[in-house]
Amino acid sequence: MANGSQTGDYQTAQTLETFGFLPKMSQEEVYDQIAYLIAQGLTPAIEHEHPSRSMDHYWTMWKLPFFGEKDMNNIIGELESCRRTYPDHHVRLIGYDNYTQSQGVCFVVYEGRG
Amino acid sequence: MASKAYDAGVKEYRDMYWTPDYVPLDTDLLACFKVTGQPEVPREEVAAAVAAESSTGTWSTVWSELLTDLEYYKGRAYRIEDVPGDPESFYAFVAYPIDLFEEGSVVNVLTSLVGNVFGFKALKHLRLEDIRFPIAYIKTCGGPPAGIQVERDRLAKYGRPMLGATIKPKLGLSAKNYGRAVYECLRGGLDMTKDDENVNSQPFMRWRDRFEFVGEAIQKAEQETGERKGHYLNVTAATPEEMYKRAEFAKEVGSPIMMHDFLTGGFTANTGLANWCRENGMLLHIHRAMHAVIDRHPKHGIHFRVLAKCLRLSGGDHLHTGTVVGKLEGDRQSTLGFVDQLRESFVPEDRSRGVFFDQDWGSLPGVFAVASGGIHVWHMPALVTIFGDDSMLQFGGGTQGHPWGNAAGAAANRVALEASVKARNEGREIEKEARDILTEAAKNSPELAIAMETWKEIKFEFETVDKLDVG
Repeated sequence: MANGSQTGDYQTAQTLETFGFLPKMSQEEVYDQIAYLIAQGLTPAIEHEHPSRSMDHYWTMWKLPFFGEKDMNNIIGELESCRRTYPDHHVRLIGYDNYTQSQGVCFVVYEGRG
Repeated sequence: MASKAYDAGVKEYRDMYWTPDYVPLDTDLLACFKVTGQPEVPREEVAAAVAAESSTGTWSTVWSELLTDLEYYKGRAYRIEDVPGDPESFYAFVAYPIDLFEEGSVVNVLTSLVGNVFGFKALKHLRLEDIRFPIAYIKTCGGPPAGIQVERDRLAKYGRPMLGATIKPKLGLSAKNYGRAVYECLRGGLDMTKDDENVNSQPFMRWRDRFEFVGEAIQKAEQETGERKGHYLNVTAATPEEMYKRAEFAKEVGSPIMMHDFLTGGFTANTGLANWCRENGMLLHIHRAMHAVIDRHPKHGIHFRVLAKCLRLSGGDHLHTGTVVGKLEGDRQSTLGFVDQLRESFVPEDRSRGVFFDQDWGSLPGVFAVASGGIHVWHMPALVTIFGDDSMLQFGGGTQGHPWGNAAGAAANRVALEASVKARNEGREIEKEARDILTEAAKNSPELAIAMETWKEIKFEFETVDKLDVG
């Protein structure tokens, strides 16, 4: 028998790097990732960009990185304000690692309408 | 300056090369050998012979020795230790002055340390277990062309291991069909794909054709997914001239990365290519064909931790390290020991991981650890735990053997990877909870559900041949 009936069609998806293949996170799940970020000693930061420019290395920063911020609610609040201000933009959360000079966390929390 | 008289003849090595009171200098290159001598020869004499034959000594005194200061140039056996659980062998520690070695040349270091001495008749077996490179020497080496941090920035991959696959079947595909396999993997969610090590430029697929089709596959996948992609174009070739020609073209077709086999190609070729990659903004993936010939026997050869250290000095951005859990040899503690040597800026002595010396890497960039060989979705939580974020996890059969094909196989692995990273960040013990985490993730991914069904029974549980020495 031909195997067409047993195989599925995988449709290419536009994905946004880390966690791009998981379902949209609930508020609680986002909290868990922020808790991880803080526990790792990383500095939270928020960036946003129009979906048409999502492959650019630089997205626009939302304010400055939140150096020394340990309160998860403040970070959630900033994510919300960024989304309200730029509803068409993707909004991503970053955890800067000043030891490796890299990012230990980076994922899109809200996808923009585009 | 005291002058000595010339006394021709054969002397015992230990008279000159066994120096138990010697305190190694920070600039000395230190080596630990596992020595199995012939039964009648005393340990000190064998250790001294190893030091002598891997540095300035020869079997008979020669008059021209008196024209130089051999006390300065000689290697010194300075310590002997028992090997736990092995009465036949012992560890010999040797210190070499830095001036014995040409700057920036692991070739020169290895030619001395693992040269003639390995064929020496007074030894039954000899294994180079570890080298402590002094920071002064490390500063003369180029190291990785880019390193972990730069690679992450170029490719915008953060907070997780990267995901790859070696294209299969490893030999025999035409260039266009090969490019198809690459495209399908990349569009499905892999970050990178890889030429198998023995894919060079055979009659069925010449290198230039492969590079062109793969280049198109990368670009199309990037446009369609919005993510950055790459394929390790293997530029290993019969001659350096040919290797550089292929490297130029890999850059021209737009791949961010190429690959080289550092042992079969050799350290000279590897160091040259690493320098070329640094100058041309290309990443370099390193395969390790032939390593098991050199490193698998527990009493003879060179431990892989030494080869890994040499590679970090010679240059490479990725290096295969084994998987611990897959089809290829690899003890967990020992693997973690040399994974540290690839990635960290300082690694302390830790005998429980087979690390014999403190090693300061200074500012040398880190190398991604590559886990590849017989792994599939069920291994994902263990791999994330063992290797952490700074790794490249490669699923060849575990991607392309998916019943729906490469793209679905890639998506299954990507979902499994991200679910594992997410759960780890949530504080869950992902190795223990592997089944729950994957089952949960598969509810939203039919591709993963099918992959889990396909590979549920596959295990590779054999005893490791090269174990750490324990009593």
